[in-house]
Formats: sequence, structure tokens, C-alpha cells
Amino acid sequence: MEIILIPIIAALVTAGLGKRSNVWISTLLSLIPLAVLYTYFTRFGVDNGWKTIFDLTWISENIRFTLGFDGLTGMLLLLTNLMVPVIVMAGIRDDENRVKLTALTLFMQGALNGVFMAQDGLMFYIFWELALIPIYFITLTMSGENAFKITLRFFLYTFIGSLAMLASLLYLFLHTADYSFSFEALRAVELSRIESIWVGAGILLAFVVKIPLLPFHSWQADTYTHSPAAGSMLLSGIMLKMGLYGLLRWYLPLAPESIEFFQPWIIGLSVAGVLYGALIAIRQKDMKRLIAFSSLSHVALIAAGIFTLTAEGLEGGVLQMFVHGVNVIGLFLVVELIEKSTGTRLLGELGGLAKSNRSFMIFFMLLALGTVAVPFTNGFPGEFMLLKAVYMYNPNMALLAGLTIIFCAVYIFRMVQFSMFGEGKHEVSLLKWNEYVAFGILSVAVLLIGFVPQLFIDVVHSSILQIVTWVSEAKGVLS
Amino acid sequence: MLTLMIFLPLIGFLINGLVGRFLPKNVSGWLGTAAVLGSFILAVMNFNALTAEAGQLESIHQKLFTFLHVGSLHVDFAFQFDRLSAVMTLIITGIGTLIHMYSIAYMHEDDGLYKFFAYLNLFIFNMLVLVLGSNYMMLFFGWEGVGLCSYLLIGFWYKNVDFGKAARKAFVMNRIGDLGLLLGLFLIYSTYGTFEYQDLFSRVFTGTDASSNVNTAIALLLFIGAMGKSAQIPLYTWLPDAMAGPTPVSALIHAATMVTAGIYLVIRSEAIYALSPFANEIVMWIGLSTSILAALIGLKQNDIKKVLAYSTVSQLGLMFIALGCGAYTAALFHVITHAFFKALLFLGSGSVIHGMHHEQDIRQMGGLRKKMPITYLTFLIGTLAITGFPFLSGFFSKDEILMSAFAHNKLVFGLALMSAGITGFYMFRMFFVTFHGTYRNHHHAYEKVHESPLLMTLPLLVLAVLSVIGGAVNLPHYLGEGISGGLHHLLSFDGGGQFSPILIYPEHAIELSHTAEIALLAMAVSVFVIAFLYTRNKYVVKGSVPEADADQQGMGKVLANKFYVDEAYDMAFVAPLESASDVITEYVDEKALKSAVDGVGTGGYGLSKLLSKIQNGNIEYYLLYMVIGISLLLAFNLF
Repeated sequence: MEIILIPIIAALVTAGLGKRSNVWISTLLSLIPLAVLYTYFTRFGVDNGWKTIFDLTWISENIRFTLGFDGLTGMLLLLTNLMVPVIVMAGIRDDENRVKLTALTLFMQGALNGVFMAQDGLMFYIFWELALIPIYFITLTMSGENAFKITLRFFLYTFIGSLAMLASLLYLFLHTADYSFSFEALRAVELSRIESIWVGAGILLAFVVKIPLLPFHSWQADTYTHSPAAGSMLLSGIMLKMGLYGLLRWYLPLAPESIEFFQPWIIGLSVAGVLYGALIAIRQKDMKRLIAFSSLSHVALIAAGIFTLTAEGLEGGVLQMFVHGVNVIGLFLVVELIEKSTGTRLLGELGGLAKSNRSFMIFFMLLALGTVAVPFTNGFPGEFMLLKAVYMYNPNMALLAGLTIIFCAVYIFRMVQFSMFGEGKHEVSLLKWNEYVAFGILSVAVLLIGFVPQLFIDVVHSSILQIVTWVSEAKGVLS
Repeated sequence: MLTLMIFLPLIGFLINGLVGRFLPKNVSGWLGTAAVLGSFILAVMNFNALTAEAGQLESIHQKLFTFLHVGSLHVDFAFQFDRLSAVMTLIITGIGTLIHMYSIAYMHEDDGLYKFFAYLNLFIFNMLVLVLGSNYMMLFFGWEGVGLCSYLLIGFWYKNVDFGKAARKAFVMNRIGDLGLLLGLFLIYSTYGTFEYQDLFSRVFTGTDASSNVNTAIALLLFIGAMGKSAQIPLYTWLPDAMAGPTPVSALIHAATMVTAGIYLVIRSEAIYALSPFANEIVMWIGLSTSILAALIGLKQNDIKKVLAYSTVSQLGLMFIALGCGAYTAALFHVITHAFFKALLFLGSGSVIHGMHHEQDIRQMGGLRKKMPITYLTFLIGTLAITGFPFLSGFFSKDEILMSAFAHNKLVFGLALMSAGITGFYMFRMFFVTFHGTYRNHHHAYEKVHESPLLMTLPLLVLAVLSVIGGAVNLPHYLGEGISGGLHHLLSFDGGGQFSPILIYPEHAIELSHTAEIALLAMAVSVFVIAFLYTRNKYVVKGSVPEADADQQGMGKVLANKFYVDEAYDMAFVAPLESASDVITEYVDEKALKSAVDGVGTGGYGLSKLLSKIQNGNIEYYLLYMVIGISLLLAFNLF
């Protein structure tokens, strides 16, 4: 519970302090949950299933305020509570929006922690909505001239998705023995195949919009491009993972009878999305848009891997969720610093930045390599596992999805080339302490996961095994 | 000792990468060199341990940690030092040391010298991982790693946009091959359930659980990877462009070591290739066509490094011919001798470029032999070695390839001989135009042309000696059974383990009669003599100079323009891809998808306008109320 409340209090404190708060204070506030998370890991461990660690009667005896912890939740909490400090520390520009943006980011930290820990369906839904609200604020008030249109599109997508999920959850709720929203009760509901497909479709819709999967992605590129950096980072680095997490935690266990029906569709759309995003990224001139489409491509591969329903696909997927968060936040930070120094993020106007700032170049290169998934960087192990899982599902699909390793090299190195190399009139200013620390955290993550991925996989192993078992049991019942 | 041998260059990389810019240039350079030299010394010690008279070992195996263990997938981070990797390690670290040393002088004016040595060290580390890994996954790590270093070093002078383009081209073309390799790995794992060489090959060897079609598919997929890395048709066009990198890089990465990784991959996978005659035929014909095509293009190139680059592509093609014919020893033998003389030639060309202050066009040179005697002499030795002057290293290794081709298929032999013959023409052409005749450069005074410092000429001399005596590694039978076939014996060592020799299957018994052998030798030598006499007559006696680019005509123009392959690729792949990208962005993503959503949105917007008439307010506040409302709901009953 602390891990949800502390960031929300921190958000209020920041808002209350107003101009008197500064980066130091905000960063320290955003770091407290990380310490709490550490105690969760030591107290509860990751090997014994999804343990309830907080439980209160809420709306009724059976609609309870329950929070759980296991390896999967732990990984997502680690991502959230490690990356939010990075965003607060370095991703927020020191301008008139700073206080507001910091407060909203901290608020979101709390809400996201709630999403990843909720063990009750209604609670999950509410936290899910709660986490969206700060981002509406950010896009609506800080995205420049088209803010309203962009926010409206984003809002519509997510709102329709959320409603569908709520309908499905309610349907399940009404079929529980004792009108309960608890995860176990919802999971225990026996559905016919047709029922399961409808329920599954509702839940899936919310998640595929959030991931986003082709063709539900239209909100994404504009939102990323026009939001302030912190908004793009929060959205792409952490919030997208709500959708993927939802697939693993809620969709697969609650509607396993529908998986066989959706599997070919989702994998097909995912692989199409991998190529679609990559193809578009190849020609983008705006660095933020380029990263947005690159992200679309990378996240689609995770979805494809998860829907192979193999241990490699699921565990590779979780690892890659973490990795994608690190890399995309890093790349957005790179663009933010370039834009802050030079006033532009258009590739055609940049060039030759490498000579002005050596450490910046190294950090950028590391993150680029991680994104390209070069061995010994964080992108490789996950991408390898995901592609292997897709290969086991269908070799031709793996060939198509595998094209991403070529395209990704094309667009990422093109971005590096036209911003950092060659000759140019601009310079990147020297990094400040907070930017060094932020890049330092990201770089350690890039290399650590690259060299010892097993360390991270062990964390989620038993949670994933449980999910895979449920899925295959359901399959057994059907066949 | 094995681990230290592999990680020494990584330590060198870290030191130069982290604190290199605070170090004096000489310290950076010698530090980088020492790291590789240390590695070489350890390699020699390991090699001795492996082949010690008392108790020979098949391999030294060392597991460091488990890299991945998920579901059915298990990958160890482990090394295996066996006879094949030992030979590769000695080449990599041995020639690597010489080239590092050379670079200290060659790069002394460059402010990024520490960075250069850091990258070179990183390359050596990755190359060692590639050849010393105990499974295909480790190979893939090194494989990608050397590709990255190649990218970084080709684009080393990053201010030049064209160099950057060449670097990206190299990386992307390699990645095309890598996709094939990756799919090959997946197929290996799904068929045999392991990446570990020893387990895998014993399963391939004993098991009947895979049809020959599967083995053919694996072999072909792996070969796609080899095409990328070893610059074979259709993925060869990156290598000539890669000459944008500093010359020591061309010598080390793009001639002696990295580009032979494809050969290593096939030799390592012999167990699989041996089961697929079809894959072998493909390997052979691809190698053959590449070899001839590149040699032809080499005839009309005037950039000293470009000639050598096409020559490398051509020689790699010869090695693949040997592999396709099942002559694995011959291929590895040529890898070794080629590493000697091609590194020598590249470093020699670097010395020329250095002495000419960055001029690379041979038409702007001439008569350099008097000004650069050591470079001249060593370059001559390199040229003789590659063109097959009797009893130099290239003579033996090339003849072995030709003989295996002869035993396999007479047509292939004829074509391979032709390719080997063309080598003589382009090499002597370059040699005579550069070092003989009269000096032709008007921008740069003849008096200013100078011989390179000792730090550069010393590696040249060492490599020259190796180019002369390198054939001793694997002398042919006709010189006496006692001294012949050293490399072959080494690789066929069988310690009686579960999977023993590198060469599991006996080589194609090449049983040619003595007359046939002598006839073949005579043919090879006469091709050499013809090439020598023709080019000498044309470029030395008549003193002609290759025509200017604009004066090229007919076939010469086609060759000078490299058969327009780059242009064709642009038209066939790059341009369509870019248009597809534009069309999708413009019409699908911007127009079709968005208007669909906005259609829904406009309806909703109309509705909200209606609502806003009733509640005239600011949307921000509504959102705020939502937050408060939800928070209250969450807090319901809690306190």
C-alpha cells in the first residue's frame, strides 16, 4: 500500500511546494518507492505465486482492496519505480510546466504501482483509469496547438477500450458464485467457448489499444511527438506495459478458452505491426516520430511472443517489456537534450553533434545499440527469445518478424548518422549532474541485462510458469 | 588461462575507452598492442598445452555462467579451445598484434587514436568469442560483435558523410545475412535441441532424427550468414565500400580475420554440411561466381585499396569453392596464407598512402620503388604470394584448392583456374603502375614521397617472411610424406572422445596421378607467367597508364562501374522500400486510419459540444473532478 500512497503524497507535496520545489526534492521523493520495493522483494520473494500482501474490505465483503506481489508484478514495479526517478530527474524541462509535470508524473507513479499490484478486477480497472488521467492532462495542456485533437483521439481510443474491458469484467463478476471481483473468483468462472470469446474480446480491446497493436495505434505517434518529453517517456516507457502486463495477468488467465481463437489474429497483427512500424520509421525526419514508430514495431514483437504461449515467448516478453522501457526512455531523453541544446529535432537540420559532447555520444550509442539488439546489450536476449518463440509457432512468421533486425539497424543508425555524425553547425551542451545520473542508470541497465539476462528472467520465471500452466490446462479441457 | 586470453583485449578496450583520452598517444597505442600481444602469447601456450606430446587433448572447455535458461532453451556462456579455434586464434592475435603495432605509427596524427585502439581491441575480443565459443549462440555473439566493430571502424572518420554511409551499408548487409544465420540457429535448436557443438555434432553424427532436407535447410541458412560476413554474391557489395575505414582496419578486419568468419562457420558446421551434397554444390557455385566476378571487377579499379578489396572478395570465393568440394583443410590453409599476404598487401598499400599523403589512386603514383624500398620489396613478395609464384605460400594453398576442384568437377576446375589467372593480371597491373614507370602526381612533389617509419615497415617485413614460408603449414604430398599435410593432421586428430576430430569425415580422397598433378602445376604456373609477362609489357615496357574514368568504354566501362550492381540494388530494393515507406506513412497511417478514428471523434466532439452548452466549463476541471471522484471511490470504506 505504501508504494501507491507515497508517490501520490509526493505529488501533492510537489504541487503544494510549487516553485519552491526543485529537481533534488522531486527526485528524492520519487526514489522512496524504490526502497519500499526492495523490502517487498526481500520480504515476499518471487517464487511462491501471487501473494496477497494487503487486504481490506472495500465496497463489499467480496469486492476487496487487495494488492498482490510476485515476480511479474515485481518486474513491472521495478521498471516503474526505477524509470520514474530517471524521468523526474532528467526528462522534465525547467520551464513553467515543471511543477505541474512533476506532480502529475509522481501521481502516475502511484497509479501505475496500483495497476501492477491490483488483485481485484474492479480495483484494476479503477487504477487503470486513474493512470490515464495524468497523461490526458499532460497531452491536453502541454502539447501545443493540436492538443485538443490529439488528446481527443487518444481519449476515444482508450475510453472505448476501457469500457469494453469493464463490460467483460462485469460479465465475469455476475457469473461468480458470490459476486466477487477477486482475481481468483473471476478466474474460476467457467465460460463456454463463445462466452469466452466475447469476454476475451472486451478485455483484449483495452489492452491492444494500449500496447498498441496495428490498427489501433493511430493515437500513438502524434501523442508522443507533441507531448513534452516526460509525457512521451511515461507513455512509451511505462504505460504501454500496462497493456502487455494486462495480457499476461488478466487476459490469459481469465479467458483462456478464447486464446486459440484469437492467437492467429493477434500474432498476425503483431507481425504486421512489427513491419509496419519499422517501414514507417525508416523515412521519418522528426526524431521523436521515428522513435514512436520504432517503439510500435518493438512492442508488437513482444505481443507476438506472448501469444505464442511458450515459456520463451512469455519470459522473453516480460524481459523485453523492461528493456523497451529503458531504451525508449533513454532515446527520448537523448532527443530532449538535443532539442534543448539546438532548438530542433529534425534530422535534416542536425549533424556533427558527436564532436561537441563525447559522453553524450557514448550514452546515445549505447542506447542505440540496445535498441538494435546487438549482443551484450539489453535488446538482444529478449529479441532472440521472442523471435525463437515466434519461429516455433510458425517459421514464416519468424522470417517476416525477423526482418526487423535489418530495418531497425537501418533506421536507428540513420538517426545516429544524421544527428551525431557528419558536419553540422549545432552543439550539444555539456551534461549536468542529473543528466549524467539518469544516463548512468540507463547505461547500467543496458549492459547488465545484456550480459546476465538470466538474473532478470529468474525473477519472473515462477509467475510465468503458473500462467503457462493455466493456459495449457484450459487447452487440455478444450481438446 | 583461456579466459584471460579472451578477456585481455576487452580489458584493453575498457582502459582505452574509459581513460584513453587522458593518456598520451603512445601509451594508448602500446597498451592496445600489449593487450593483443598478451593474448597471442597465451594462445601459443594454450596451443602447446593442447598438442603436447605427452597426452594430447581434444579441446579445453570452460563454462563461465549460464546465459539463458528458459523453457526448453538453454545457452551457456562457455568457451572451447580446440584445434580449429586454436588455428584461428593464432591468426587473429598474431596478425592482430602486428597490425596494432603498425597502427601506432599510421594513426599517430589522429586525435581519436585512443578510440581507434579501443575499437580494435573490442574487435579482437569479439573475434575471439566468435571462434572460441563452445556453441552457436556464442558464435552469434561474436559474429554480431565483429559486425558492430566493423561498423564503428569503417565510419571512424565520422565527419565524412560518405564514410558513414559505407559503414551503415556494411552493417545492414551483414544483418541481412544475420537473419539467415539466426533462422538457421532456430532450426538447429528445434531439430537437435542444443547449440553446444559437442552435443550437437554427436547428435547429427549418430542420430537419424533429422531428414536430409532439414540438414540442407540448416546448411543453406547458415550459408546466408556466411555470404554476408564473407562478402559473397549477392551480399558482397559492402566490402569494397568498407575501404572507407583506416587502412589497418582494412587489413585486419576486411582481409585477414572477420571476413573469414564465414569460412570458419562452414568448417565448424562440417557435420551438417557433409550430410547435404546439395548445399555443398550451392556453396561451391556461389564461391566460384563470386570469385570470377570480383576478379573481373578488380581488373579495372584504380583505387589501390579497392583493387585489394575485390581481390579479397575473389579469394574468399576460392575458399568457398574448396569448402563446396569438401576440401576443408584446403580452405583453412588458404585462410591462413591469405591472412599473411593480404594483410601484408593492405599494410603495404597503407604505407604507400602514408608516403603519398593520402593519395589512393594508382594513376597518380608511379616509380615509387626508389622512394620506398622496403614497402616495394615487401609488396612485391605479397604480390608474388597471392599470384601463385612457385613455392611461396599462396602457391601451395591455391593449388590445393585447384586440385580439389579438379577432383570434383573439371568445369569447376577450369573456371577456378581462370579466376586464379585473373588475379595475376590485376595484381601485377596494380603493382607495376604503382611502383614502376614514372611518377605522375603533380600536386604532391616526388621529393616529398617518403618511406614509412620502422614501426610500420617492421610488420611488413614479418608478414613478408610469413608470406614466403607460410606454405610450410600444409605442404603437398609430392614434397614427401614426412613433412606434408601438417594442418590436415592437426585437424583430423582423434582423441577418442564422443566427438573428436574437427574433420569428422575423411576429406575427399584426392588421388591424382603424378602426371596429372604435375600437369595441373604446370598449368597454374603458366597462367602466372602469362599474366606477369603481359602486364609487365603493357605497364613497364610500354609505360601505359590506366585511362581516366571518362575514357572508359565498352566492357571496360562496365567493369570500372562494377557491373552496375550497386545501382541495380538501389533500383530493386532501396528505392521501392523507400517509396513503400512513404506511401504507407502518407496514405495508410495519416489518411486512412486517422480519418476512420476522427470520424468517430467528430461525432463524439459534436456530442461534447452539446454537453458543453449545458455545462460551460474547462475540460481540465472535469478531468480533475474525475481524479477526485475515482480517488474517493478507491478510498471508499478504507478508512
